[in-house]
Amino acid sequence: MMIYLLTMVLFGVGIYGVLRQRNLIKMILGIIIAEHAVLLFFILVGYRLNGRAPILSPDAPITNMVDPLPQALVLTAIVIGLGTTALLIALAMRLYGKYGTYDIAKIRELRG
Amino acid sequence: MSKERTPGMSVIVKTVTRLTAWLIMLYGINIVLHGHVSPGGGFAGGVIIALSFIHLILAYGKEMVLKKLSEGLVEVFESTGALVFLGIALLGTTAGFFFKNFLPAGEPFHLFSAGTIPLSYIAISLKVWAGLFAIFVALVLLRIDKEQG
Amino acid sequence: MNQSAFLIPWFVVVPLAAAFVNSLIGGRIRGLPALLACLTTFSLLGLSLVATQFVRINTTLVYHVGGWKPPIGIAMVLDGFTVFMLVTVNLVAFAIAVYATDYMERYTSKAMFYSLLLLMLSGMNGVIVAGDLFNLFVFLEIAAVASYALVAFGTERHELEAAFKYAVMGTVGSLFILLGIVFLYSVTSTLNMADMSLMLAGQRDHNLILMVSVLFLMGFGLKAALVPFHAWLPDAHPSAPAPISAMLSGVLIKTLGVYALCRIFYNVIGFTPMLSAILMFLGTLSMVVGVLLAMGQRDLKRLLAYSSISQVGYVFLGIGLGTPLGIVGGVFHLFNHSVSKSLLFLNSGAVEYATGTRDLKVLGGLREKMPITGATSFLASMSIAGIPPFGGFWSKLLIIIAAVQAGYLGYALWAVIVSVLTLALFVTVFKDVFLGEPQHVWQGVKEVPGRMQVSMIVLALLSMVSGLLLLPDVKEAFLRPATAIFLEGTHYAQVILGDI
Repeated sequence: MMIYLLTMVLFGVGIYGVLRQRNLIKMILGIIIAEHAVLLFFILVGYRLNGRAPILSPDAPITNMVDPLPQALVLTAIVIGLGTTALLIALAMRLYGKYGTYDIAKIRELRG
Repeated sequence: MSKERTPGMSVIVKTVTRLTAWLIMLYGINIVLHGHVSPGGGFAGGVIIALSFIHLILAYGKEMVLKKLSEGLVEVFESTGALVFLGIALLGTTAGFFFKNFLPAGEPFHLFSAGTIPLSYIAISLKVWAGLFAIFVALVLLRIDKEQG
Repeated sequence: MNQSAFLIPWFVVVPLAAAFVNSLIGGRIRGLPALLACLTTFSLLGLSLVATQFVRINTTLVYHVGGWKPPIGIAMVLDGFTVFMLVTVNLVAFAIAVYATDYMERYTSKAMFYSLLLLMLSGMNGVIVAGDLFNLFVFLEIAAVASYALVAFGTERHELEAAFKYAVMGTVGSLFILLGIVFLYSVTSTLNMADMSLMLAGQRDHNLILMVSVLFLMGFGLKAALVPFHAWLPDAHPSAPAPISAMLSGVLIKTLGVYALCRIFYNVIGFTPMLSAILMFLGTLSMVVGVLLAMGQRDLKRLLAYSSISQVGYVFLGIGLGTPLGIVGGVFHLFNHSVSKSLLFLNSGAVEYATGTRDLKVLGGLREKMPITGATSFLASMSIAGIPPFGGFWSKLLIIIAAVQAGYLGYALWAVIVSVLTLALFVTVFKDVFLGEPQHVWQGVKEVPGRMQVSMIVLALLSMVSGLLLLPDVKEAFLRPATAIFLEGTHYAQVILGDI
């Protein structure tokens, strides 16, 4: 129970970063932290008591295994996060080229 | 002193990189090919192969590496990987269902087993290493000319 | 498994293959990307019409990917509502692809544009046919990331700023959706939507299910631009190139937001009175906020973007009522708004192509110089504002009558007020842009090229005759199967799993 709460605290730290940071790069870091917290929570959900890793090997027979489905899905979600992060960083670098600053409070030309 | 004249890092780094880049790539290919026997597979192996190329850029500078491996070639690899993956999935259609595993399954823990899964891993690793390398090159080549106003 | 279900994977495979072929050889050959995009969207339109025919015969088709039976394997599902959304999405995509062949002449790297457009289309089709929650999430992310890149396509200052804000907010919304999926998995330990609804039956008021409902409402509400999650839309939609604005406002917010929300809330979790009250309240709030904020705008596309928020509120009001008449009204309004709002964005793109500005105070008197654009804009404005006999009138009437019948007189009154305000708004816009004396600056303005005119005329004809969809025979074929999916609710599970 404690470990699930700690994962949610990590998610909260990431969302706080998105909301309160003024530098573009630190906002992106906040998104990365929040995303990885959710994926960590997903893997922890799949834990079974006294289970071992879900890998077949010729010498040790499988008696009790943790859930393999979250591990496959988290791999997919990490790749999705990588793509999104790359796009966000490229956008941030281009924004620096156009506006001359990384401060989000100064990049406010679209209003109304 | 020497940094203004030659791009890249010092002589020691360049010498060691010449040896380790091939080792890293070989290790990545090993992880890709044994994806159905041990943990790893397409994505993890593809990332390691991309890292070996990025390692070369870090040590030698981007002009030298990009002369041998231009961005157009990397884009060709990327699209080819995706099309090969789709092709394998469509070939499964001829055997019944979309994405069906139609090659013989073989015995567990052997290298030539598990049907189409190793072929899919090779296609995925092509796409992943080309994609990661292209992202790195795009971010490195991005010229930030600051415009005022 | 039925033999005609072999149709389903092609909706995802065809645009994906076309996107990668385009990226491989499209840069070398002139004119190939545009031709490939038009052919692909035309074939997808044909496939979706064929799928309508199949669903009339079979009611529900399930496809087992790879031969593995659900709930162990991945399933792709084709039922009434799926087919309705497929026809809407592919029809609008075809019109936009034809329009974009002429409009994108002024931009560079056209091959990349068409690749991204086809990827976005493949992601949307994947969301519509997905049978389990994680596939829905993966295709949703594909479509969303492609749209972030497309909004930034012009790489000017405003477009980059709007794309960054859209990307950050969209990613946070996707994180909430992923968190909801994780919680649902921890309760039911399956990801197949039909299986999950069986496991969740009878647990609707459990605290965890309430929290998951709130998380999904936040996440999908952000994708659908429901107030108070709408803040990204007025910046992102005007900054994109005109075909992409039409695609985003016309089909993306409806597929990623409204369709996914309805599929999960009606078929997986189950429809409760509290959920109905929340959806109706948020829908009405969207309607009012959207139209009030639209009235003070000077930029043509920004005004249309705020009006999109308002009309999506109508759809949520209709669907949130839960009665058969309300659902028919909501779903029909979704189709009408897709066609009409896409046409309006294409018109604003044509105006910008010809004159170079979007400022309402500077434009004026373009009717003589651009007759086709003026006529189609008139038809689309009348359809959205709700004038008989155009399609928008019938759908709004259905929603208002359904609200009165269910006893919610307050919401019906707000719907009528917002409809009158929308009419005033669009009449003002039409007068400002097209009527009056042409100013001296616009003497040299010409009509837009041929292919843009063709796609605008096709969409205008559709928005005129879409009222005919309520005729008894046509309604049976098209609208009735869609609403049946809502009304059978969690019986969806028996239908899917019983088909194995």
